[in-house]
Amino acid sequence: MEPIIQVNNVSMRFNLAKEKSESLKEYFLQIAHGKLKFDEFYALKNVSLTVQPGDFYGLIGLNGSGKSTLLKVISGVYKPTSGSCTVRGTIAPLIELGAGFDMDLTARENIFLNGAVLGFTPKYIKEQFDEIVEFSELHEFLDVPLKNYSSGMVARIAFAIATITKPDILIADEILSVGDFLFQQKCEERMQKLMSGGTTVILVSHSIEQIERMCNKVAWLEHGRIKMDGATDEVCDAYKQTTRDAE
Amino acid sequence: MGTVKLYLKDFIRYRYLLYNLISRDFKLKYRRSVLGVAWSVLNPLLMCGVMVVVFGNLFQFRGEGITNYPVYLVIGQLMFTFFRESTTMAMGSVMANAMLLRKVYIPKYIFPLEKTCFGLVNYFFSFVALIIIMLITRSPLHPTVLLAVYPILTMFLFSLGVGLVLSTMAVFFRDVIHLWEVFTTILMYFSAIFYDPAQFGNLYLETLIKFNPIYWYITAFRAAVLEGQLLTFNMVIICGACSLAMLAFGLLVFKKNQDKFVLYM
Repeated sequence: MEPIIQVNNVSMRFNLAKEKSESLKEYFLQIAHGKLKFDEFYALKNVSLTVQPGDFYGLIGLNGSGKSTLLKVISGVYKPTSGSCTVRGTIAPLIELGAGFDMDLTARENIFLNGAVLGFTPKYIKEQFDEIVEFSELHEFLDVPLKNYSSGMVARIAFAIATITKPDILIADEILSVGDFLFQQKCEERMQKLMSGGTTVILVSHSIEQIERMCNKVAWLEHGRIKMDGATDEVCDAYKQTTRDAE
Repeated sequence: MGTVKLYLKDFIRYRYLLYNLISRDFKLKYRRSVLGVAWSVLNPLLMCGVMVVVFGNLFQFRGEGITNYPVYLVIGQLMFTFFRESTTMAMGSVMANAMLLRKVYIPKYIFPLEKTCFGLVNYFFSFVALIIIMLITRSPLHPTVLLAVYPILTMFLFSLGVGLVLSTMAVFFRDVIHLWEVFTTILMYFSAIFYDPAQFGNLYLETLIKFNPIYWYITAFRAAVLEGQLLTFNMVIICGACSLAMLAFGLLVFKKNQDKFVLYM
């Protein structure tokens, strides 16, 4: 079967902000002094990953190991410094929910704005509007500006909008850590439902139990490299082993 | 051809985002103000009123050759305001959406494009002010009015090109924001808004002003609306060539740098 996501030897380099020139004068001074050097930092180094259609792929690793960077390369936010990333199909990114929200607009207006950010047509959002409201349980607050919402409520709408469509790939970064446990359950149910409909899911989580429960494959990232990848049991056991050793 | 098709597909997918962003800007601009949308008309009307009084009466700047000074002034003022506002807004637009661009994939040019469109929407609203002033001064309505579409369209493309360059530069050097403010002020005095360049009798100055594309857009608009004349060959060529060249340059600069944006924001 043709892989739905093919990450090929990807490296991602960042220039750390140390010598970042924010003004023309500084920039030219630095050029003149030959000091225009950045501290280079590789968030990802020669990472390769193959995801097959229908996979529920987990990404684990400590903070700063490159998990989110990898998700952003896959969803097209970052262009890799070297290597290539091929994606076949539509992506619904659940990276930091509510990125496309404007806090001054009401929830109703934001549903349309955020839908447009994700590339939906107004007609489609209108059709799905009731379902979004139903799922996020925000009936009586629809015409309140978002700045008066709690962060959990914002996350609910964001999740509801991002998952109304049936994307080919769902990318989820720590989203299930927001909201109360009832809502978390609801989110998990919906993701399982999407999966049974053929959606491929990539999930980043610090909860190893959650990964074990939901994923069929796992990649373990360390310092921007893939340390191990394969079936969930093997990788998770090894990961738990090292965390235990560290303690 | 493959890439062009791909870009077009991308644009069609995100056209609703463009529309939504413009409508958001419009809603937020007037939210919580009593007069609301009426300000879109009132603001330019009052501004032009002030300018007519200041330049027409106090300063005695009124050139002998200018037939209908208030309308002459207002056309220049509104057009220049469109250019300044849309380019200034476009300049900060990529930076302002840094949070969003770092999280989801959106074609980045949509932000400068949106601000230029928003500037155009405001410009259209300010036409009501122009019509009111034309009615007050009883200036005749020439059939050539329709030709004004040409300077508006070319000026829009020109502004978009400038906005694309500025928004790219602003990501790497924030200084541009301050420099542009100064530059547009200088440019304003060289755009023949409240005077006729011929009235100075200084050939050097006149030639200098003719190097300013904005002068040509304003002059072409005046010819069609105020003087009821056809656009001259020079107007058509200069307006068109400047806008196409600027747009091409803007797209090139933007495209070459856009992948680096997220690393600098």
